[in-house]
Amino acid sequence: MMDTPILKISGLTMDFGGIRALNRLDLDVHAGEIVALIGPNGAGKTTFFNCLTGIYAPTAGEIILTPPQGGKSISLKGLKPNQVTEKGLARTFQNIRLFSQMTVLENVMIGRHCRTRAFILGAIFRNAATRREEREIVEMSYAILEKVGLAGVANEFAKNLSYGAQRRLEIARALATEPFLLLLDEPAAGMNPQETQELDRLIREISDDGLSILLIEHDMKLVMSLSDRIFVMDYGKKIAQGVPSEIRSNPAVIKAYLGEEVDA
Amino acid sequence: MSLLKEMKKGLFTSLWFVFLTFPLMVIKVDPIERVVRWRWENALYVAVGTFLMYLLVTFLMQRKNARAATETEVDADRESFIHRLIASPRQKYLLGGALLAVAIAFPFFSSSYQTNVMTTALMYVVLGLGLNIVVGMAGLLDLGYVAFYAVGAYSYALLNHHFGLGFWAVLPIGGGLAAIFGILLGFPVLRLRGDYLAIVTLGFGEIIRLILENWGEFSKGPSGISNISRPGLFGLELNLDAAIIYIYYLMILFMIVTIFIVNRLQDSRLGRAWIALREDEIACQAMGIDKRKTKLVAFSLGAFWAGIIGVVFAAKTTFINPASFTFLESAIILAIVVLGGMGSIIGVILAALILILLPEYLRALSEYRMLAFGAILVAMMVFRPQGLIANIRRTYIFEKEKSPAEKS
Repeated sequence: MMDTPILKISGLTMDFGGIRALNRLDLDVHAGEIVALIGPNGAGKTTFFNCLTGIYAPTAGEIILTPPQGGKSISLKGLKPNQVTEKGLARTFQNIRLFSQMTVLENVMIGRHCRTRAFILGAIFRNAATRREEREIVEMSYAILEKVGLAGVANEFAKNLSYGAQRRLEIARALATEPFLLLLDEPAAGMNPQETQELDRLIREISDDGLSILLIEHDMKLVMSLSDRIFVMDYGKKIAQGVPSEIRSNPAVIKAYLGEEVDA
Repeated sequence: MSLLKEMKKGLFTSLWFVFLTFPLMVIKVDPIERVVRWRWENALYVAVGTFLMYLLVTFLMQRKNARAATETEVDADRESFIHRLIASPRQKYLLGGALLAVAIAFPFFSSSYQTNVMTTALMYVVLGLGLNIVVGMAGLLDLGYVAFYAVGAYSYALLNHHFGLGFWAVLPIGGGLAAIFGILLGFPVLRLRGDYLAIVTLGFGEIIRLILENWGEFSKGPSGISNISRPGLFGLELNLDAAIIYIYYLMILFMIVTIFIVNRLQDSRLGRAWIALREDEIACQAMGIDKRKTKLVAFSLGAFWAGIIGVVFAAKTTFINPASFTFLESAIILAIVVLGGMGSIIGVILAALILILLPEYLRALSEYRMLAFGAILVAMMVFRPQGLIANIRRTYIFEKEKSPAEKS
């Protein structure tokens, strides 16, 4: 990896009162990579995502984002969640957070919000620019739905979808913000084996489109098959990093997380 | 549940109501003869009446539940009758045109009292639509909406009193001032939601009213401001009847403009952001929506309509004092939004007409008017908790891949 990483995190620390949820964490993601972040429950993985996306303000440390097409490096520290998304980093949630009273298509259309401009006057007068923008929002959202295989239910309420479909809709919504780095928080949680396979395929497709992916996941089979590199966390600390084969045989990881029987 | 069990519960309910209404219905003090009259027959009426009502409500509830359990699909179809009616644009325009024709003809076959009542109802339609932006779409429970109404009314009253400014000049000023107050309220409550937001907005409404009541040099206190000029019509002097009809037509115009704008807002990028904000604040931010901006815009746009209607109110009554801007007003406007169905424009219109016209036309029941009004509100919420007309989301039809045609 000779190029600058698109995401470089150094010394990230997060305290909640007396509890140190993240302890001087270092992590980097390069363009086009699929990186997995694993660790036992309560290791601080979701806290890490929340610090990254501006939902929590980290106590210390630095988060540097560098757009792959030769953009300027930006520090994400102190930015609000919506600003982080604007910079090109989108996420999904572990506990699904869809807009349940909106249709599937509208959920994706929300993702286009930060890439479009129309405001009060545009909404009222619906001038040519606004109409064109609306048409583009609908078309692009529909195209993303086709990609994740939800085009057939575009006008259903999001709450009526099956669990696996809701997870895919979350990914679709995140993709609509045109990120170059996608954070997936346990995308396979609660999915049956067939749905997990479809997810595996979808993540590969997204990666082939040139996006980098940072993934929190408990499904070891999925992690081992997808990831280029894996970071392992326990008690807020990084305990190992490396390619899947290294992680599989790392004694610290086995002790902390995988247990004695590795069936991947 | 067995019939016997229901009868027993009904008996208890009726006894409870006899107890509750006892001081009101049974005891009557005659101050002239200095005796207490015991009207026991009233207790019997209450008991029998409540018992029958209880059975009726139970029966209806059971039928509703049974239907919901067996034929949900058919029920859903039946419920969306109005939506189907306006589904095709032709029917929608036909219906709208017919309603407009009735509305325009209304003053010619009714007394000026009726016209006046209808004007008030139309004002509440617009107020309801304004609050619907804040509460129905953006999901921000605002209990102090009347404050913005007061800001609008007092800006016209004061500017007219001191500087002789006319209705049309103040109309945008009143709306703008109310919108600024909306932002002022919005800033401190950006982090609040639900109950906490409701309490702060309630306090804000009271503060505005108390300022108007106590700052005598500014607002003339509780005695209010009188002799506010009516809206002008190209410098013509209108007599009272003509002025009432003129304001009625103005309100129809304002209502149409409001419906048009609110409808467009709802179907826009901004409207979607409001609804997303209502559904899930964190996900909404994570999707790149600026929470602060979106909330402030909702508050100020909602307040804008209240300010406009405040100006109209001052011009219509020609006299205002702080007593017109109590919490009860906020509560009624909020009831319009909730009763109509959160976020539903047609629902809000219907609910405003019902809520404002019903007490007027229930005057036949004289002193039981408000009792009947309350009972109707309770019954409506029991049988249609989702509101009169629940909102439907816009759907899009895709004829061919990637060439979408839209349908509302």
